[in-house]
Amino acid sequence: MTTTFDKRMSIDDIIASLSDGMTIGIGGWATRRKPMALVRALARSKLKDLTVVSYGGPDVGVLAAAGKIAKLAFAFVSLDHIPIEPHFKKARQAGLKVWEMDEGMLHWGLRAAAMHLPFLPTRCGMATSVAEHPGLRTIRSPYADGEELIAMPALRLDAALLHVHRSDERGNALILSPDPFFDELMARAADRVFLSAERIVPTEELGLPGNARFHPFERAVVTGVAEAPFGAHPTSAAPDYEIDMKHLRHYVASAESDDAWNAYRAAHVDVDQAAYVASVGGADAILAAPRPVY
Amino acid sequence: MARHTLTELIIARAAKAWADDPEWLATGITPVPRLAAGLAKTLYNPRLMITDGENWFARDPVPLGPRDGFEPVIEGWAPYLRTFDNLWNGRRHAMVAPVQIDRYGQTNISVIGDHDQPKAALLGARGFPGNSIHHPNSFFFPAHNKRAFVEGEVDYVCMAGYNPARWPGGRKPFRLELRLILTNLCVMDFGGPGHAIRLVSLHPGVSFEEVQDNTGFPIHRDGGGTPETPAPTDEELAVIARLDPHDVRATIIKGNPPGRPEWG
Repeated sequence: MTTTFDKRMSIDDIIASLSDGMTIGIGGWATRRKPMALVRALARSKLKDLTVVSYGGPDVGVLAAAGKIAKLAFAFVSLDHIPIEPHFKKARQAGLKVWEMDEGMLHWGLRAAAMHLPFLPTRCGMATSVAEHPGLRTIRSPYADGEELIAMPALRLDAALLHVHRSDERGNALILSPDPFFDELMARAADRVFLSAERIVPTEELGLPGNARFHPFERAVVTGVAEAPFGAHPTSAAPDYEIDMKHLRHYVASAESDDAWNAYRAAHVDVDQAAYVASVGGADAILAAPRPVY
Repeated sequence: MARHTLTELIIARAAKAWADDPEWLATGITPVPRLAAGLAKTLYNPRLMITDGENWFARDPVPLGPRDGFEPVIEGWAPYLRTFDNLWNGRRHAMVAPVQIDRYGQTNISVIGDHDQPKAALLGARGFPGNSIHHPNSFFFPAHNKRAFVEGEVDYVCMAGYNPARWPGGRKPFRLELRLILTNLCVMDFGGPGHAIRLVSLHPGVSFEEVQDNTGFPIHRDGGGTPETPAPTDEELAVIARLDPHDVRATIIKGNPPGRPEWG
């Protein structure tokens, strides 16, 4: 007899399984492969007091504008081609609580959590203001060099939200973009891992073992997977689609006033993913976005 | 001497920052440093590795802006994970464009004002802290003034500098090495006493007094007069034009002034 093993969930089911006060890691990097369908669902949920860990882009901006973030652990928040993230800027200037660190410290904190170590030593941050964070300790090398290093504590996540290109119903995933960033470490650093996927496909359509380089982690770390076509928009999920600069400019303009944000929110956040895709011009418009140059 | 702009003069001079580097990554963040890195690789140091600005090593420098069908030849993969591995290994010289710098060479791109409730929130520290103690760094400032060259310490120290008070145990961090500062007024290095910022050359028509008046701390000057920053060669100007087909460089310094004031 055959039994099934199926981790498929809806976007809203995933968000409903989270709790107030959790530490949430968000995958991707700035304007690339952010799990925006999950982020928007989080923004319209009743969840509150979240600690967010992110190589930040509009994920942080949307959640900050929606008042969801109690504390942000970050190294930057940026829209890349538009360097300053306006909603983050606004929240930060209004006193949003942050733990600012070096990009490599964030990497190392996730890696420590992924390996269930209490910390990993790094010199990133030494002799700068990031070393002054009150929660941070240093450690002296026990070897002849005696160097003093930052003991970067594990950034353990209650949940990680990641966007992938393909997954089967059991959470065997592919990240096809040219840079996988640190999603693998977030997956291993988290107690529960939720994926949004452009497409959920039969296992034999994952193209393994040929696609092995695009297979970021084994399915045992994955709790649930939701199919969400264009779930990274307005960030990219290259090679499937590119950053929507036109929409990002519209998003940036929504930080100009409360009215502008409320209008943006009503049109693009307080709607399900299908309505969201329609609200930004539909699939054809998303697929037509040109490849950005850096 | 061919007519050129001040920005082109700076790009040509900035390229020399990488001229004698070993085989490693030349990173230029923002257009002037990026054009300078491309110029260095093209004319002075073919050993340099360079990226397309995203996550590929390009065999040749990639022109700025829309590529109009041009596809760079890719010679390697540079995802962020590998970027960190490479830079922690010390094999990079970056030129970046911070918002503030102080007398120690400490720089800031995080906030203006108080860190808990900033007057202006900028990017965040990014990889600046780690970069600063793993590989050499140089700097470009399009507007040399006291808001950029601050009197005390920068508002948030993103990059370590020659400030022993911040060094753990008073010991210089691992590979801290600050090299060159280029501005719209002059070229400086860290060759003064105790790595103090030292004037290297003045751009045509600029006086030492003008530099000092626009700097929040004393600039060291060696005796015997300060040379003028050299004009770019025709060959350099041709490469710069090829690497910047959309003339992004014209938008960097306010008013896009000429390389010599008498041409204005």
